[in-house]
Amino acid sequence: MSNVPIEGGLILAGILFILGMISILIRRNLIFMLISVEVMLNAAGLAFIVAGSKWAQADGQVMFIFILTMAAAEVSVGLALILQLYHQLKTLDGDAANKMKG
Amino acid sequence: MVSFLAVAVVFYILGAPFVAALEVIVYAGAIVVLIIFVIMMLNLKSEAIEQERQWLSHNILIGPGILSVILLGELVYIIISQQSTNTYINVVDAKAVGMSLYGPYVIGVELSGILLMAGIVGAYHLGRQKKKIVHRFLEKVEE
Repeated sequence: MSNVPIEGGLILAGILFILGMISILIRRNLIFMLISVEVMLNAAGLAFIVAGSKWAQADGQVMFIFILTMAAAEVSVGLALILQLYHQLKTLDGDAANKMKG
Repeated sequence: MVSFLAVAVVFYILGAPFVAALEVIVYAGAIVVLIIFVIMMLNLKSEAIEQERQWLSHNILIGPGILSVILLGELVYIIISQQSTNTYINVVDAKAVGMSLYGPYVIGVELSGILLMAGIVGAYHLGRQKKKIVHRFLEKVEE
C-alpha cells in the first residue's frame, strides 16, 4: 500500500469530533443530539483505527469494536429514555424536562 | 449515515477491512435504522418540524462556533507540529483481530457481553408504557 500521512487520519477524526460537538451544542431536539453523540463516538473510533494502523497492531481495531458495542448499548437505552420522555411530556425538547415533581 | 459510510471507506484504505465491514453493518445498518424506527414510532406531526426550524437559527452558531474553532486549531497544531513521517499503511486483517480478541482481550469481550445484556434489559424496561385500562363497558358508553 502506498504511504498516506497518518496525521491526515487524525485530523479527519478531530474535524468529525468537532462537528459532532457543534451539532450537540446547537440542537435542542433530543434525537439530533443522540445522532451527534454517535458521530463523535465514530470520530474517536477513527482515531483508534489510525493509531492501530500506524503501529501494525490489532489493538486499535479491538478498541473500536468495544466502542461500537458501547455505542449500540447506549443508543438503545437512550432511545428508550427518549420514548419515555415523549410519552410523559409530549415534546422532544431538551429544555422541557426542567421541573421535578412536587 | 453518509458520514458513517465514508468513514468505513477510510477504514478500508487504512488497511482494516474487517472493521470497515463491521462499521457498515452495525453503525449504519443497525443504529441508524433503530433511530429511524423510533422517529417513525413517535409519529411527529408537521408542527414539530416547524418548531425545529424555529430553534435552529443562524445566530446560535456564534458561541459554540468560536469555541470549536479554537479547539480545532489546537488539535491541528498539535498534530502538525510533530515530525511527519510518511509511514506505510500496514494491513491488519481479520485473523489478527480475532486472535487478539481471543487472547489478551477476552475479558473485554465478556464485559461487552454483560454490558449488552444490561442494555437490553434496561431498554426493554424503560420502553414499556403503561396502558390506561378502561373498563370495557365504559368504552361502549363513550362511543
